[in-house]
Amino acid sequence: MALKTTMTKDPILKVEHLSMRFGGLMAINDFSFEAERGEITALIGPNGAGKTTVFNCVTGFYKPTMGMITMKQRSGKEFLLERLPDFEITKHAKVARTFQNIRMFSGLTVLENLLVAQHNKLMQASGYTILGLLGFPAYRQATKESLELAKHWLEMASLTDRADDPAGDLPYGAQRRLEIARAMCTGPELLCLDEPAAGLNPRESLALNELLQAIRRDTGTSILLIEHDMSVVMEISDHVVVLEYGQKISDGNPEFVKHDPKVIAAYLGVEDEEVEEVIEEIEEIESEQGGINP
Amino acid sequence: MANVASTTASAGTEVTARALREAVFTGLITLGLFFLFVGLKTDQNIRNELILTERWGLLATFVAVSMVGRFLIVAYVQPWLAQRKAVKAAAPEIVKGESFFSRNLSKIAIVALVLYPPVIVALVGVQGSLKWVDNFGIQILIYVMLAWGLNIVVGLAGLLDLGYVAFYAVGAYSYALLSSYFGLSFWVLLPVAGILAALWGVILGFPVLRLRGDYLAIVTLAFGEIIRLVLINWTEVTKGTFGVSGIAKATLFGIKFDASKDGFAALFGLPMSSAYYKIFLFYLILGLALLTAFVTIRLRRMPVGRAWEALREDEIACRSLGINTVTTKLTAFATGAMFGGFAGSFFAVRQGFVSPESFVFLESAVILAIVVLGGMGSLTGIAVAAVVMIGGTEILRELTFLKVIFGPAFTPELYRMLIFGLAMVIVMVWKPRGFVGSREPTAFLHERKAISGSFTKEGHG
Repeated sequence: MALKTTMTKDPILKVEHLSMRFGGLMAINDFSFEAERGEITALIGPNGAGKTTVFNCVTGFYKPTMGMITMKQRSGKEFLLERLPDFEITKHAKVARTFQNIRMFSGLTVLENLLVAQHNKLMQASGYTILGLLGFPAYRQATKESLELAKHWLEMASLTDRADDPAGDLPYGAQRRLEIARAMCTGPELLCLDEPAAGLNPRESLALNELLQAIRRDTGTSILLIEHDMSVVMEISDHVVVLEYGQKISDGNPEFVKHDPKVIAAYLGVEDEEVEEVIEEIEEIESEQGGINP
Repeated sequence: MANVASTTASAGTEVTARALREAVFTGLITLGLFFLFVGLKTDQNIRNELILTERWGLLATFVAVSMVGRFLIVAYVQPWLAQRKAVKAAAPEIVKGESFFSRNLSKIAIVALVLYPPVIVALVGVQGSLKWVDNFGIQILIYVMLAWGLNIVVGLAGLLDLGYVAFYAVGAYSYALLSSYFGLSFWVLLPVAGILAALWGVILGFPVLRLRGDYLAIVTLAFGEIIRLVLINWTEVTKGTFGVSGIAKATLFGIKFDASKDGFAALFGLPMSSAYYKIFLFYLILGLALLTAFVTIRLRRMPVGRAWEALREDEIACRSLGINTVTTKLTAFATGAMFGGFAGSFFAVRQGFVSPESFVFLESAVILAIVVLGGMGSLTGIAVAAVVMIGGTEILRELTFLKVIFGPAFTPELYRMLIFGLAMVIVMVWKPRGFVGSREPTAFLHERKAISGSFTKEGHG
């Protein structure tokens, strides 16, 4: 399934000259980047840099003031996301997302959460409810398939044991995994994760890394993620884009970004003269924990 | 239990002393509170002068009742509750399997309802059954059906609708007007009334799509009033406050329920009685209510029903999963309204007369109260709440013995709303999530577990 990255570039998501203005505040200013198909692209930046705003523009929750967001599916079909209403972005363009503050259907069971995610598919199979209400076999077949898919993702997110418990009853880390599993149940080609590792302990964080890598490996889904946890970003992402004050300050592979003085300055907030010093410090730290990060 | 018995002896006197002390305090508070309210009463004498009537006896009764009550609570009820709590905490909770009764509750209830009219006829005779079938059976079932219909909007989709009675009115007037102007039969107009009400549900749905919570409630309230005012003022068509009378009765496969020689009674060789029509209506509304329940149960397991519940839980998450929240909300409004319309056309055929007075805001409030008391989303709970609320208020009419206690001027049905309100407060304190607060999941992998009400949300528009 996994798509080998070919020499020719094949971006799944192209964001061009994106700007978003809230009244007098320019949250994003002429921001462009590309996410490659089959890769994990990380969007990082200090607090308030506009990362979530970019996400909300990509997933249609905000309409950008300016710019163009193009989603190119595997089939070659292209969608201009800034023109689609939010629910159609998931439905037709196949972009799914999660939220920074988890949004579960807490009163529904874990399984039901995953079934709700397959709404559009089931709706069609049930003949927009009417055939399903009359008990047509096509709908029964679709229900069975949707249960199988839900089971598959429960397995992947290691939630099978909790399938019949209310989602609100799960511990935090499990809720994060459930939210990702739920997004995957919509059958996306691009998965947008807003700080998936926030609030997770190191073990849960590790499990999350494995889940994300498994998603990419098994389904070929491209992933775009916002993250503060550098261990996650550096470990799994193929491509990192750094945002500060709504503008791109760096773009490249994790190794390159890590050593970009602009990025270091943005994160540590130092004067330009001190940047050299900071780089030295970082290299020192790295040589100490060399074994951990390959 | 042995040490409990030994300690009661020493603690007994202490508790009694405390109870006496508290009783005296309570008596003093009651005296202070009711001295002016009860002890003194202003009256007009024959010369229109204000005079003061003293009612020391009544005041003494008030004080005595409160003192005795407080004494009993402190001396007996509180220790008993504490002891029971201790026993409960000590004994491990035994998880017992559901009894046969609770497992088959709905089936038993349906069988009981089907057998209800024959049993009543056997007990009190054909003529005597009229009151029990009509005032209790039909009246309660109408409210059960209305509450089940509203449950789709409020309980499942979490959209607070205070104007539900508007759809009831649309259904009732659809039947009343179309049958009296065009002479169409009930069976043709029943679906028409449902469709028209659903249409009005969509019409209401469009402007309120963006509203949530309190704002939604206010607009739906206004919508209910608009429909009622249109019915009052559009006199050429609706005859205004006079209402539409002489509405045609329903027929059973073309058999009329009248005194003619091919009427129901004559055809089956029975003596003429209006009770047969009422029994027929009872089965009709029972069928309609069961249809509502069946469709609701079915819909909950369909994608659209799950989307309603997901909408109640989190609308933004719904949109992120590709669910069109606009059509989801509209279908909830339309489906709920449709059942309101069915109930409305049944109401018109039962009364033979409709006027705007039957569709006041109080009706919406009562239906909503039943949904909330029953437990939002639970069909069983709502049915129980309807029986308690509507049956309870109907039974007040029967309590003629209260006149012996409170004097001949006492009319218990005037206390209807008072008792209704009191019952609501008690239920809400005792069970804040309604009679059935838990939610039944629509799908399961290993076992079906009820979901505690603390996880489900009420929705916010």
